[in-house]
Amino acid sequence: MKKFLEISLALMLTIGLLGGCGAKEEAKVPEGSTLSGKIVIAGSTSVQPLSEELADAFTEKYPEVSIEVQGGGSSVGVKSAKEKIADMGASSRAVKESEKEYGLTEYVIAKDGIAVVVNPSNKVDDLSLEQIKKIFTGAITNWKEVGGADKEITVVSREDGSGTRGAFVEITKVLDENGEGKKIDNTTKNALVQPSTGAVKQTVANTPDAIGYISMGGMDDTVKDVKVEGVSATEENAKAGTYKISRPFLYLTNGEESEVVKKYMEFVLNEGQEIVKEEFISVK
Amino acid sequence: MKIHEKIIETILFICAAIATLSVLLITVFIFKEGLPVLKSYGVFNFIFGKTWSPTNEQFGALPMIMGSISVTLGALVIGVPMGIACAIFLAEIAPKSVVKIFKPAVELLAGIPSVVYGFFGLAVVVPIIRTNILPIIQKFNPDANTSGYSILGGAIILAVMILPTIVNISENAIKAVPFEYKQGSLALGASHFETITKVIIPAAKSGIITSIVLGMGRAVGETMAVILITGNMPKVPGSVLDSVATLTGTIAMEMGYAGPMHQRALFATGIILFVFIMMLNIIASTTLKRVGRG
Amino acid sequence: MHVVGKLSVKKPIFNRPKKKTNIKEKIAYICIYAVALITMLALISIIGYVLLNGIQHINLEFFTQEPRSMGRKGGIFSIIVGTIYLTIVSIAIATPIGIGAAIYLTEYAKENKLIKIIRFGTETLAGIPSIIFGLFGFVFFVIFLGFRWSILSGGLTLAIMILPTLIRTTEESIKTVPNSLREGSLALGATKWQTIVKVVLPSSIPGILTGLILGIGRAIGETAAIMLTAGSSLGIPESIMDPTRTMSVHVYLLASEGLSKEKTFATASVLIIFVLIINLSANMVANKYIKKLI
Repeated sequence: MKKFLEISLALMLTIGLLGGCGAKEEAKVPEGSTLSGKIVIAGSTSVQPLSEELADAFTEKYPEVSIEVQGGGSSVGVKSAKEKIADMGASSRAVKESEKEYGLTEYVIAKDGIAVVVNPSNKVDDLSLEQIKKIFTGAITNWKEVGGADKEITVVSREDGSGTRGAFVEITKVLDENGEGKKIDNTTKNALVQPSTGAVKQTVANTPDAIGYISMGGMDDTVKDVKVEGVSATEENAKAGTYKISRPFLYLTNGEESEVVKKYMEFVLNEGQEIVKEEFISVK
Repeated sequence: MKIHEKIIETILFICAAIATLSVLLITVFIFKEGLPVLKSYGVFNFIFGKTWSPTNEQFGALPMIMGSISVTLGALVIGVPMGIACAIFLAEIAPKSVVKIFKPAVELLAGIPSVVYGFFGLAVVVPIIRTNILPIIQKFNPDANTSGYSILGGAIILAVMILPTIVNISENAIKAVPFEYKQGSLALGASHFETITKVIIPAAKSGIITSIVLGMGRAVGETMAVILITGNMPKVPGSVLDSVATLTGTIAMEMGYAGPMHQRALFATGIILFVFIMMLNIIASTTLKRVGRG
Repeated sequence: MHVVGKLSVKKPIFNRPKKKTNIKEKIAYICIYAVALITMLALISIIGYVLLNGIQHINLEFFTQEPRSMGRKGGIFSIIVGTIYLTIVSIAIATPIGIGAAIYLTEYAKENKLIKIIRFGTETLAGIPSIIFGLFGFVFFVIFLGFRWSILSGGLTLAIMILPTLIRTTEESIKTVPNSLREGSLALGATKWQTIVKVVLPSSIPGILTGLILGIGRAIGETAAIMLTAGSSLGIPESIMDPTRTMSVHVYLLASEGLSKEKTFATASVLIIFVLIINLSANMVANKYIKKLI
């Protein structure tokens, strides 16, 4: 047992020492001409794939810099920028009124179109904003009412609070003022709720009568996108403004920015836009 | 020598206390975050409100409470008989060579990550419910409809997930029954099966109940697998084919994107979950005592 | 020693019911066998499904390369490193505390109020859902103690999570050590501590190992709590203060963001193979010990 105690003590010490090392490494100061240091980006899972790509490209250019990209969600992004747990917060929704008071600096780094998708077996391929609104509020419950087969519609939505949902309900007017002038999200209670773009896509791909909405960057041929008001969901149309459903991707910083963060921001807003273009809509 | 022993005892006591201290810390923290919402919205409105729509500032948690309860009950209905049968099989019936394969298999079941269960449920169980089970049910009830994302699917996967907990602890309890009990029963002319049902299981009751309570805890608390399978529809369910949102699933899904008020409401949901678990434990420990006395 | 007694008399019991079994009992036996079979089938189908879909995408590069473009391309080297690192840290923290607590509760504790509270606390901790551990770990370790998203934060959170399992299994196995052994040791002049170390613990090693298996399994399989405390960054962790991504988090993110089906199945397969190896080796160790004791 003594041995056992010794081993566990040794382990504890090692852990402590490792911890110490970690702290030291983090204190690295950027020196002279070669840029070095560490950036922690945290927040929206929708922005995460893009951030990873941008970080890869940036660290290729400046090998001394290390960038960590964390998920968590847009609110985690806002919170970690506010608490300074991360150097940058990432958000896929506009900063809320109640969060404005934190005084964070906002950068729009990209725009993301939201595609309305159905199962590939579905014959319906064009819907008006009004029809979409009625489907998602539960006023229309059968595909035959919008020119499809006589099948009950399975509505797939994102979770309450999601940036994608926030943007979608606002543009389609699912979010509407009630009698007292308060804005109410009228998404039908009979909607399946899935927590991510991938999960919505998978649900729609697996369920013949489903309809959902996903980030345009996540589109592939397992689901079919429908035209909205006769306009198909492409990046060109979204950028031109003819395709109406899109939302911003934000980076948030709090107070004085370090040299590395400034350089990274500059990179993202200029050269980085080439990477943005691959799947999202550039802001340049 | 004595001082030496005393020090060891103190260190061991501290070890034993750490778990409880953690519970205290977690409790304080969750109540601190969640209580303000419960107070301002009203405990009654929160628990019995039927509409969960945080962006509209409607925090009725009843759909999720019912969701968690229904999925958990479903899992218990399937999982408890299976688990106890497996425990009896392992402890009393199976030949040694079978035990050698079966026991590691059950342990392996416990080792499979919940994410993997979730994907299996999503990719295999959900479609089976929609395409194979639904037509059978429709023969009896033509109005039945389901997307496959349902209480049933969640219950099936959760039942498998809680099996190891029930099997392991029940088996240990059955094995801990003194050998003399069994000898006595057999000597009195009871068959092996009678001995199992009339002597061994009653004697192992407290362990079996503990295993069920722990299994229930795992079912209530499971998050990732449930998110993927039950469809997360915040609506009080009407049948086992309906989609439901659970307490854990809602917290996990919405936490990341919640605004400040919404986040506190999710902590309030956490309080409900917490109280639920506490009640389970109190029930379990009083049953244990009663069984002990009897 | 307990085991010896049991095994030697097992045979006559197993033969006995054959003569007297009536139809009802036969049906019950068939049911039990059927349930055992179903359990095995569930295990085989889950593992088979993942491995059959994943194993063709696993090659040497998958283990040695780092993930590129969010895991769509490349391998999972840094993720394996992160998983192992996090598991070791959590086990290293939890094991001494868990065994210490179990020893205290079985060998030292007198049944007073304080001990009752400690027992209740430990049971409660076992029932707390992982998502709540995640929320707690996020606010307490990540923000309040300032550990940020790191292996340390994740390891501490996980350690608290697996503590009850460790305590319970260790306690159960310590309890099965017959009192006569302890009395014998004490009568020979050994102190209480010597008795525990030299007599009680060695005979409960298989039980402790079972607890460790379950603990490691939970550490490797946990998703929700780790995402909130250890983060999900893809780089190789250089120290305990670095964030990391474990395999199950990787599986969840890959699949739920729909990045790559191939890589999801491949990573899930590696995860399951890991779990298989851990279970098998631990079982071998446990078996060896049982043989030695006989």
